[in-house]
Amino acid sequence: MRWLALFLFVALPAWGESVVLGLSQNEIAITTSFDGSEILVFGAVKREVPVPDGPELEVIITVAGPSVPVMVRRKDKRVGIWVNTDAVEVDRAPSFYAVATSGLLRDVLRDTEDLRYQISVPRAIRSVGAPMSITDAPAFTEALIRIRSEASLYQLRENQVAVDEQTLFRARIELPAALTEGAYATRIFLTRDGQVVSSYETSIDVRKVGLERWLFSLSRQQPIIYGLMSLAIAIFAGWGASAAFSLLRN
Amino acid sequence: MQIYLPIAEVSVNAYLLLGLGGLVGILSGMFGVGGGFLMTPLLFFIGIPPAVAVATEANQIVASSFSGVLAHLKRKTVDLRMGCVLLVGGLIGAALGVVVFNYLKALGQVDLLVKLCYVLFLGVIGGLMFIESLNAIRNTKKGKVPTRKKHNWIHKLPFKMRFRVSGLYISVIPPVLVGLCVGVLAAIMGVGGGFIMVPAMIYLLGMPTKVVVGTSLFQIIFVTAFTTMLHATTNFTVDVVLAVLLLVGGVIGAQIGTRIGVKMKAEQLRILLAIMVLAVCGKLAFDLLVMPSELFSVGAVGGH
Repeated sequence: MRWLALFLFVALPAWGESVVLGLSQNEIAITTSFDGSEILVFGAVKREVPVPDGPELEVIITVAGPSVPVMVRRKDKRVGIWVNTDAVEVDRAPSFYAVATSGLLRDVLRDTEDLRYQISVPRAIRSVGAPMSITDAPAFTEALIRIRSEASLYQLRENQVAVDEQTLFRARIELPAALTEGAYATRIFLTRDGQVVSSYETSIDVRKVGLERWLFSLSRQQPIIYGLMSLAIAIFAGWGASAAFSLLRN
Repeated sequence: MQIYLPIAEVSVNAYLLLGLGGLVGILSGMFGVGGGFLMTPLLFFIGIPPAVAVATEANQIVASSFSGVLAHLKRKTVDLRMGCVLLVGGLIGAALGVVVFNYLKALGQVDLLVKLCYVLFLGVIGGLMFIESLNAIRNTKKGKVPTRKKHNWIHKLPFKMRFRVSGLYISVIPPVLVGLCVGVLAAIMGVGGGFIMVPAMIYLLGMPTKVVVGTSLFQIIFVTAFTTMLHATTNFTVDVVLAVLLLVGGVIGAQIGTRIGVKMKAEQLRILLAIMVLAVCGKLAFDLLVMPSELFSVGAVGGH
């Protein structure tokens, strides 16, 4: 892993506390041998005044992959066989979403703030306009979260952000192997008493490189050449195996 | 060793793919089936997106069939003339099949129809072949000489042609029709169609089993090459890295399979193919009938 630290400074908000952030890498290269990755998000709280009294400072870190609409289908038994009957289109669902917090999510973040900043996994997914025939639309969103959580695509990691002296914080975010390309929005929220006191946003660029990039671009831009190339490889491999075997026999 | 597939956008174990390719390749060489009807469900199972699995499988079948055909050509067990006649029907059928497929997709439920197609065809063909081969084996044990019906309604049709390698003198209409039907089904079901083609050639056209395998492979090459191009240019779902891994195993497997196939008796070969076809059919039927553990599935909008 490359330790490409990136330091960014932002102006102080009215609260007097702001984030100075470092990322172990701000770019993830998908190579042929890509098998998941881990990024270290670390930073400090910058303040002009002493640490205020009262509730402790808590930190929430979210990493979100590109959002695309998805179709969630449900099977039902019809005439003895299980078939897809109902479908709900989820308007926006990130391909990857991780939330890491310094405490239990319900302790560090109030519901109203979650609604406003769309931090927790269910809030990061937007589903509106289920067909009239479907009375239990939330079940579809829950299913989406369940399926993607099992694939480690959606992660809720409570107590995984370490905070020292209410100033330094760090967390590891594990990215699974089945990653799609795009800009991964990374957000950091500082909260006190469940209220967001400061937030900061940057992005991690996930992209295919080398052979992966070349093949992907070719398949999109020159599909005929790509198709012919695939066929040529197939024919050549078929001939090669045949020739190799006759050599072996003689 | 994990490897990231650029089009499928998933990371999979390379050795697993090589092994799968090899296994299906052996079956392909033995029976003259492309193996798509086995490989496609296996790829779904290891987490390759269905659209990519279907398209890439077509590309892999090109390789294993080509490898198999070369082995058969050396033994002169390919009826090139019959292959070309079947191919004419096959290509027209494949084009028609794509039209039918898109029409079904517009109606929704294409998934279910594909599965029902599988269960129906695999069940009927597997069942018939099983019974027939069992009878043939029983007859040989009793010492009866198997009699092939020499004259039926097929022989009364016009446009007769001599197929020397197969030892047939029949009209071109039945082979074109067989090719056409298989082409349509192949495009809808996303397979080469060998498992339908092989029995059709044996039982409908009366071709000798030895020639059937090579001839079937010969026409599968062209039908699947056509399908690969269609998928690559319209859906962009052919994953060449996945295809290479599968076909390296596949072509080697096909060579081994062809050699095993030559050593076996025709009836044994047929009964084994029948058992395999019935097993896949049973698995698919089971999935349709038994309540799945996860009722929900996530898919792309507009796809299936």
